Order: sequence, then C-alpha cells, then structure tokens
Amino acid sequence: MGARGRRGVRRKAAGVKKVARARAAPPPDTQWPPWEVFLQERSGAPHEHAGSVHAPDAELALQNARDTYARRGPVTSLWVVESRHISATTPEDSPSYLGPGPDKIYRHPRFYRGAKE
Amino acid sequence: MSAAVVEFLLRLGDDRLVLGHRLSEWCGHAPIVEEDIALANLALDCIGQASAWLELAGELEGRGRSADQLAFFRGPPEFRNCLLVEQPNGDFACTVVRQVLFDAVGANVLEQLSRSRDARIAAIAARALVEVRYHVRHGRDWWLRLGDGTEDSHLRMQHAVDELWPFGAELVASDEIDRSLAESAVGADLELARAASERELAGLFARTGLERPEPPPFPPSGGRQGKHGEQLDHLLSEMQSVARAHPGAQW
Repeated sequence: MGARGRRGVRRKAAGVKKVARARAAPPPDTQWPPWEVFLQERSGAPHEHAGSVHAPDAELALQNARDTYARRGPVTSLWVVESRHISATTPEDSPSYLGPGPDKIYRHPRFYRGAKE
Repeated sequence: MSAAVVEFLLRLGDDRLVLGHRLSEWCGHAPIVEEDIALANLALDCIGQASAWLELAGELEGRGRSADQLAFFRGPPEFRNCLLVEQPNGDFACTVVRQVLFDAVGANVLEQLSRSRDARIAAIAARALVEVRYHVRHGRDWWLRLGDGTEDSHLRMQHAVDELWPFGAELVASDEIDRSLAESAVGADLELARAASERELAGLFARTGLERPEPPPFPPSGGRQGKHGEQLDHLLSEMQSVARAHPGAQW
C-alpha cells in the first residue's frame, strides 16, 4: 500500500549503486511487485502521485489502483507504472545535484520578478 | 400486477443483499490488501443496490416497510434470493466463480431494466449497471489469471466451477412473474439474459483450460420461493443481530 510502496521506490533508489548485491539477495517476500499510482482529478490537470499498490501485471495494477485510490472523489484518469521503472535521486545526491544554493539567489526565478518591479 | 412487481423487486434486492453480505465476510481476510479493498467495494456496491431495490419494494408494497425493515426483520423463508448468492465464500476461487456466474446474468438483467417502462426501476438499474460493469471486469480478470495460473489455482478454479455451476440455472429460470413483467416491458426477459451470460461464459471457458460442466439434470432451485439452505439462516442471524438487538436504533 501507499507508504510501503513509497519506501519501495526509495529503497530502489538507494540501491542504485549496489546492483550486484541486490541481485544476489533472495526476494524480500512473496508479494507481487509494487506499482506507483498517479491520478488525475480533472481533465487537463497533472497526474499526481497517489500512492502504490501490489499487482502481478498492469491490468490488475490499474484495477487495484482504482479500488484503492479512485473510489472517493472525482478521478478522470489513472496511470500506473511498475516501481522498478522509476529512477530516483539518492539522499547523497541531494546537496550537489538538487541544492538550489542559498548563496546564489540570483538563480531563483523570483529574483528577476522582484527586480522588474 | 403490483404484487408481482414487489416480488420481482424483492428478488433483485435480496440477491444483492445476501451476495453483498457474503462479500463483506472477506473484509480483513482477502489474499492481499488490495483485493481486500476490491471485495469490500463490490460488497458496498451490492448492498447499496439492494437498499435501492428494497426501498422501492417497500414503497410499492404499501405496508410502510423500509429497506432496513425488509433487510433486518424478515426470516429466511421470506427471503427471495437465489441459492447461488448464499453459498459460503469457500476459497478465493469460489468467490470469484460465484461472482462471475452471478454478474454474467445480472449485468444483462440490469441492462434490460435500465430501459424499463417503469422510470424508477430504469433509474436504479442504470446506476447499478455502471458498478456491475466493473464487477464483470474484475471477475473476468481473476477468472483468466487463476484459470490459467498455477496448477493449484487452476485446480481450485475447476473445483469452484464444478461446485457452483449447478446453481447458475436458477438465475435464468423464469416463472409467471418474470414472464408477465417481461411482456409488459417492466421487467427483464431472462431468456435474453441466459443468452448473454452464455456468450460471456463461453468466452471465459474458451480463454482458459477450465472444463465446462454438463448442465445439471436436477438444478437446485427454490430460493425464489423462500426455500433456502441452512447457510442462509447463519448468514441472516449474523447480519440481522445488531438491528434486532436494538430495534429502531440510529447510527
């Protein structure tokens, strides 16, 4: 389910540099693979991550997603993708890869908007 | 005419109430949590539909009985559900097969009823049909995967088909009530429903290695006359216990 699957993605992300070891290890359990679920609440809106489900294939992943996340409130579209197909950054990546650099505020789009006024 | 319509509505309502309760018994016990939620959704759909049919039945009956009173204060001989829906859940394969057999007929019945000359019947059927189309898809997906899955899943599915197949006949057995309501375009033609379910099931058998049983020489029946198995007593005593212990309670 949701929280669990999210961890699944992160685990996978953290394991990117340890592929060989991960392959040698026995499967962690007999669960079906996790799938990430994205749902769109109205036409034209972005598909947003809703959580995850376990499923043996794409068709059942959509069904499980529908039952788990799309039964309350309006949903116009569902996407599912097997979690292992998502590549993610690792926590160690963050400072150099994603850090905006608090000392380089001229890189923030806000800076230019402010300058115009 | 009106008595026939009430009887017809009780059949529709009781089928879904009993099936919905059976499905709800899976809550917390399904093979995986996603399927637990799916089965609970099916149960809620069935119970919601039952509530609509029984409410209309109570209104047309004219004795002031609400859907709740019909659901919780009738005994087994007054229930009009077919025998298929009261069959115990068994394993997951039995639950899947029971649902597939029921919906193969039920979806077509609702389709016909959504064009009923009675606008209230048509409205309830049209709403229910949207839900039941999903039930059909859910059941079909499991039938195909378990029917052609592992040796164990295949054997369990074949066992479920063999056990439950005879109960399918009652779903399409029409009596005077069915025929007169079909003729007046209020009810559904069960012969059409039989043909539609035949197409659906033939497709499912063709796509898996499951063997289709012979037609039963003496198919079980009697549910529409209130002749049920002992299992319905147990189901109702559990389902009705709270309402009977606290009559008129609000929650």
